Amino acid sequence: MNTARDDIHAAAPDPAAHAATERRMWLAWAALAAVEDPEIPAVSIVDLGLIRGVNSRPDGTLEVGLSPTYVGCPATEVIRRSVEAALHEAGVGCFVVTTVLAPPWTSDWISTEGRRKLELYGIVPPEHSAASLREVLRSSKPVACPRCHSTATECVSEFGSTPCKALHRCRACLEPFEYFKCI
Amino acid sequence: MSAMPFGRVEPQALFRYVLRLGDLNLVLGQRLGEWVGHAPALEEDLGLANVALDLIGQARLLLTYAGEVEGLGRDEDDIAFLREHGQYLNPVLVEQPNGDFGQTIVRQVLIDAFQLEMYERMHASTDERLAAIAAKAAKEVRYHLRYSSGWLVRLGDGTLESHARVQSALDALWPYTVELFAEDELDRAMADGGVAPRLADVHAAWLTRLDAILAEATLERPSDRAHSWHGKRGQHSEHLGYILAEMQHLQRAYPEARW
Repeated sequence: MNTARDDIHAAAPDPAAHAATERRMWLAWAALAAVEDPEIPAVSIVDLGLIRGVNSRPDGTLEVGLSPTYVGCPATEVIRRSVEAALHEAGVGCFVVTTVLAPPWTSDWISTEGRRKLELYGIVPPEHSAASLREVLRSSKPVACPRCHSTATECVSEFGSTPCKALHRCRACLEPFEYFKCI
Repeated sequence: MSAMPFGRVEPQALFRYVLRLGDLNLVLGQRLGEWVGHAPALEEDLGLANVALDLIGQARLLLTYAGEVEGLGRDEDDIAFLREHGQYLNPVLVEQPNGDFGQTIVRQVLIDAFQLEMYERMHASTDERLAAIAAKAAKEVRYHLRYSSGWLVRLGDGTLESHARVQSALDALWPYTVELFAEDELDRAMADGGVAPRLADVHAAWLTRLDAILAEATLERPSDRAHSWHGKRGQHSEHLGYILAEMQHLQRAYPEARW
């Protein structure tokens, strides 16, 4: 993640101030890494790739860039409030949370750790990269069941309990499961 | 020459154009919301509600931006809930009643494909804000088309009954699509300013995409007829009033009510 080093040097020419800013940013990242997605409490918003950066503005304000997964997702507001509460709690000083739309969030930004946690939680992580439009419109790659790992599965619904998930069913162990949509 | 704050277009024109985009999403999102609790199966209830949610989310971004461009201090809620019938600039197609599930799916395929071709091109807009919204929305709309076109193929290439129903819905809704591509002076000004794509390009790409879906669904594309719909200019069918009555009821009954 970029941390706008030029800004830090411009704002903090002396080493002590520089170290203080570095420390605040470190505190901010640590606090953010503990903020859970309200719908998928197993995974932090940093693992989901929702934090686009923590930068220090020339006036010393920390700017935290937050991307929505889906623009209509009601969890977005909750996440924003959780982020503000966590940063406040961590004592990072003056900060502002901005919404970053471009480049748009993609499920490719979920970290390796995030994918592992999703799977443990019983949600199949998304296929890599929705690069081709044809793939998005007609992808029929089998999704492996998170319980028995059979690929004899079927999509029950393109949409699930939250905007980011689809519903699948395993024909081998007969259990339903969720798949994190690839966008 | 004084510099215009929004690149090469007049703020008032940009305001109206962004309303066109936002109102399409708002009205269609409201329409799809009518299916909640009424869809043929729980999965379709979820599907249509999720599409509606994405559309409302996009409408919020667009109407917020419209309010900023207008510069009169109106926010997304003021614009969504406190305008009159003739001030909504959505194409008439999206206010048409849901009909049966097949008719809703036909309308959705027509609009999803239109929005996809619009947004995929609007990435390159000279208006940075619209470019960002379009890039985000395009990802969601791709998925909407995956859902709607999947259903259209199943229904069209399904039983005699389902085929007949979606073909007749397509015949009934087709005349309303003409308005989507009927370029007027506002569309032209936006294309000239690099804010929006040329509707002729969007139309050609839309037809190609649609023909492929219709072929797979064994449906026949109706022929274009002269159109007389001008929802984009605020002249609506009788259906919009009922949508607004429901949508605006709370704000009209309890002005400035907040969650």
